[in-house]
Amino acid sequence: MEDIKEIIRKYVINEYLEEGEEITYDTPLISSGYVDSFSMVSLLVFLENKFKIKIPPSKATPEAFDSVNKIVDLVNQFINK
Amino acid sequence: MSNFGLYEERIRNFDWSVAEKELEYRDGNVLNIGWYCSDRICLKGKGDKTALIYEGFGGINKEYTFNDIRIAGNVIGQFLRNLGIKGEDRVCLFMDRIPELYLSFLGALKIGAIVQPLFSAFGDESLFIRLENAQTRAIITQSKHISKIRKIRDRLPNLEFIIVVDYTTAKKLESREIVFNLDESEPVENIEIYPATAESPSVLHYTSGTTGQPKGVKHVHYSIISQYLTTKWVLDLQDDDIYWCTADPGWVTGTSYGIIGPWSLGITQCILDAGFSAQAWYKFIENNKITVWYSAPTAIRSLMKAGDEIVREFNLSSLRHLASVGEPLNSEAVIWSIKMFGKPFHDTFWQTETGCIMITNFPGMKVKPGSMGRLFPGITGAVLDPENYEPIAEPGKIGLIAFRPGWPSMMRAYWNNEEKYREKFKNGWYLSGDRSSIDNEGYYWFIGRDDDVINTGGHLVSPFEVESALLEHPAVGESAVIAKPDEINMEVVKAFITLKPGFSPGPDLELEIMNFVRKKLSPLAMPQAVEFMEKLPKTRSGKIMRRLLHAKEWGEEIGDISTLEND
Repeated sequence: MEDIKEIIRKYVINEYLEEGEEITYDTPLISSGYVDSFSMVSLLVFLENKFKIKIPPSKATPEAFDSVNKIVDLVNQFINK
Repeated sequence: MSNFGLYEERIRNFDWSVAEKELEYRDGNVLNIGWYCSDRICLKGKGDKTALIYEGFGGINKEYTFNDIRIAGNVIGQFLRNLGIKGEDRVCLFMDRIPELYLSFLGALKIGAIVQPLFSAFGDESLFIRLENAQTRAIITQSKHISKIRKIRDRLPNLEFIIVVDYTTAKKLESREIVFNLDESEPVENIEIYPATAESPSVLHYTSGTTGQPKGVKHVHYSIISQYLTTKWVLDLQDDDIYWCTADPGWVTGTSYGIIGPWSLGITQCILDAGFSAQAWYKFIENNKITVWYSAPTAIRSLMKAGDEIVREFNLSSLRHLASVGEPLNSEAVIWSIKMFGKPFHDTFWQTETGCIMITNFPGMKVKPGSMGRLFPGITGAVLDPENYEPIAEPGKIGLIAFRPGWPSMMRAYWNNEEKYREKFKNGWYLSGDRSSIDNEGYYWFIGRDDDVINTGGHLVSPFEVESALLEHPAVGESAVIAKPDEINMEVVKAFITLKPGFSPGPDLELEIMNFVRKKLSPLAMPQAVEFMEKLPKTRSGKIMRRLLHAKEWGEEIGDISTLEND
């Protein structure tokens, strides 16, 4: 089964990046401008749908969404809770 | 001492000629914004002064003097002229906040083209609507945005040139695409400046209304008179200031006060082309010793949310004057800025159509937290009774914010839309579309929009445009779009949707619809909430009652529902 990290990375590439752009697990997403604060909302909805979790607004900060690795850390806090 | 001085003295016998004199402009002279913002500053002996400090994401830094931006403007202008671009042709700037965006603005104006700046996050449909309406001849863009243009170019017969400023051989050029590399171009010391006069068109900014497609707001070169003086008096820019306007030039603040205002005054300005992060912003202020900061309530509230501790990690003592624009600045934000920076953000009120600041809290004057401030000298304003469009004399009574036309940067037309333009005037007043009251000291207090336009993060979004995009999704039967209250952005887009037979509501469809609108229009226009309904509330004549949905969302009185369709 594809791991969480790769699922999120592929989703970000498909949904938010322009053709030909690539990211690693550590590429800054918000502070680099790849994902803006408005688009972050759709990324949040994706995570909640995909992993059947609920992330409270206080945890959904630009800092927590700023790389695939950081998002994985966030998601792991809520999986199986 | 501020540039502005005392309000009562400035108001007395005010005349816009004060700006004309300072800019050494006389009625009938050539007046070209591109020249005024670069060549004239060099002629004043400031050619070696820094004009632009640019920082891109990942530590890319560039600096340009006024002589550099003069020459770069010449190079770009000459390049466009060699393609056959001439006076009043529309040239779209579709770039992130890279130096080429700012320099192309000057270059296109120097040869008399009308600059059409568009927000680079726009999706292909938003881009198409605006390019088609303006019959744009050339677009200057980056490789990363070219796929959006390729999707629509075949429907744009007037678009002859797609100019790519950062082309690499990784992508093959296609029809109408041309490479332009500023850094590799030969300097052009002198260029014949287009002899624009006061009423020659300069900039075409698009803005959204409740109904119909976005409207192109036509400005003229004479707008510099208001933009120069308001920058000097309201933003208080002085010769040794380091200025940061956080707005994107895809919107009017980014051109009026992110290019024309500061550069016509010969001021050094900084640009940060990166996504939002409190840490990065504070670091940028500290590193560049920014003294004057013009930002937006959404950004300020995001900084507040990031906490007080992070502010203390940086030395922000260079900050001298703070101002805000885009949406009403709540009193909590003003109080917070006094606590954290030792000075208040000064709210400013104006619009794409006004071209310059109309109402503001002036430097050195009492700031009433939560108030928009007072009228700029030379501006006649009032709140009007919505029944008869007569000014309301009673302090505190709510009415429509309106201005007497005649200030220099007033829009001259909506592009190819005379009817909509005329609708903006009643009884000789320009109607802003916003509501407020005025207190007994002449301070305006914002109440809200007078229409259904959504103000999200300081940008206007048309519910009509979003509803139209939603209807293109295969699952959507009907849609109604309203503003939803939001702690950070003031308002965000919410969509109510009925589905076509064969489709079922669910979180995956909700996400699909959100992303559909985001890509088609822009992230700003993406519904941040989607509510599926069996049927939408309608009048007996079949018109969707957006008002009813809005009232329920905001917990307001539903009002008259006598025309509501019965089951």
